[in-house]
Amino acid sequence: MSTQIPKQTEESTETDAEAEPASKGDERRAEKRRRAAERREQRQAEEAEKAAADESTVELKVFRYDPQVEGKQEPRFDTFHVPFTKGMTVLDALMYARDTYDSSLTFRHSCRQAVCGSDAMFVNGGQKLACKTQISDLDEPVRVEPLPHAEVTKDLVVDMEHFYDQMEAVEPYFQTNEYPDGELEEQRQDRENREKIKMSTRCIWCGACMSSCNIAAGDNEYLGPAAINKAYRFAMDEREGEEMKQKRLEIIEQEHGVWRCQTQFSCTEVCPKDIPLTEHIQELKREAVKNNLKFW
Amino acid sequence: MSQSYNRGLIEDFGRWREFEAGMWAWIFHKFTGWVLIGYLFTHIAVLSTGIPAAGASQAAINAGTDVYTQTIVSLEGLLLVRLLEVGLLAVAVFHMLNGTRLLLTDLGIGLDAQDKSFYASLILTGAITVASVPTFIAGAF
Repeated sequence: MSTQIPKQTEESTETDAEAEPASKGDERRAEKRRRAAERREQRQAEEAEKAAADESTVELKVFRYDPQVEGKQEPRFDTFHVPFTKGMTVLDALMYARDTYDSSLTFRHSCRQAVCGSDAMFVNGGQKLACKTQISDLDEPVRVEPLPHAEVTKDLVVDMEHFYDQMEAVEPYFQTNEYPDGELEEQRQDRENREKIKMSTRCIWCGACMSSCNIAAGDNEYLGPAAINKAYRFAMDEREGEEMKQKRLEIIEQEHGVWRCQTQFSCTEVCPKDIPLTEHIQELKREAVKNNLKFW
Repeated sequence: MSQSYNRGLIEDFGRWREFEAGMWAWIFHKFTGWVLIGYLFTHIAVLSTGIPAAGASQAAINAGTDVYTQTIVSLEGLLLVRLLEVGLLAVAVFHMLNGTRLLLTDLGIGLDAQDKSFYASLILTGAITVASVPTFIAGAF
């Protein structure tokens, strides 16, 4: 287990330094801590040995980088052997590795059921939602990296700020100036219209599409598939009214809006919620053209 | 966070091979497009050298001794040129087929079958190229 080795040396230097203090209490506490560390280490080593020897383990290769710890600033890959259980996802395996082997392993996750969108990662060469990706579907060793085309903050955590900025840029919220007549009247949407925008409402802001997009990687101002999909969700919503639609089309048909898309289909391939992103972008392109060329 | 590690645009873990069909289509389309532009300029440059043939006598043209005919004949005599012509056909055919695919994509037609249409254009390109080989290579050896 590659992670265990640097840790051991770290621990031993720590105990050397702690041998100096004169106070008896300090000494006792230091001794206690040392023993606890030893026990923990022994347990970890045993677990690791057992896991490595066991047939039914999964080999994880995880990208590691920590700018705050000297010696970890050079990006590297750590190998973890995680006992396989039926139905295990990449996130489960990562959590096992974190809880059992190396508590410094850092990654985002919260709901663990593909709803919150916080654990998009680069698994075996593709942007995947770790909680939705079955280990049994992957080739070993499973290589887990942070999302490409984003700055790595630590281990598997990337800076999502730019992605959120782009999402905000399309004003991703319902707005209208067309209200129904009655005071207590509801703003109803007909079934066809709901069906039309149904897929686009499924976005969970995980950022997988943005990470997979070659154009977004080269052009920082490009709105990106997720933001355009969000714009589609509201531009196509008939309840917003014609005036709002014009406003939304103005945003998406800017230089770095829909026209940057070159239909590589990368976003559609990686989307964990199966949103037909390219289709939506193409439809908005046609809407923009129809809006500007009025021959009919 | 005080600092972050920027992995750059193209990261060095060799992931560029792991593209999906649509991405390969895009790369091939760019590549073939540039090759065709390069060919266009070469074509103009080479054929321009034959312009003096416009002033040649009818007899010279009939006999095939004018500069235009000479240029073409000498070029076609080179095996490398024959092979490059096969390559040019492959590049042009793929660019045409994939261009059609992209036009359909722009119209929102067949978006679900985009990978299949890419593979189809690859296979069709291969078939047309192979079929053209006898025509291009005839008499070169």
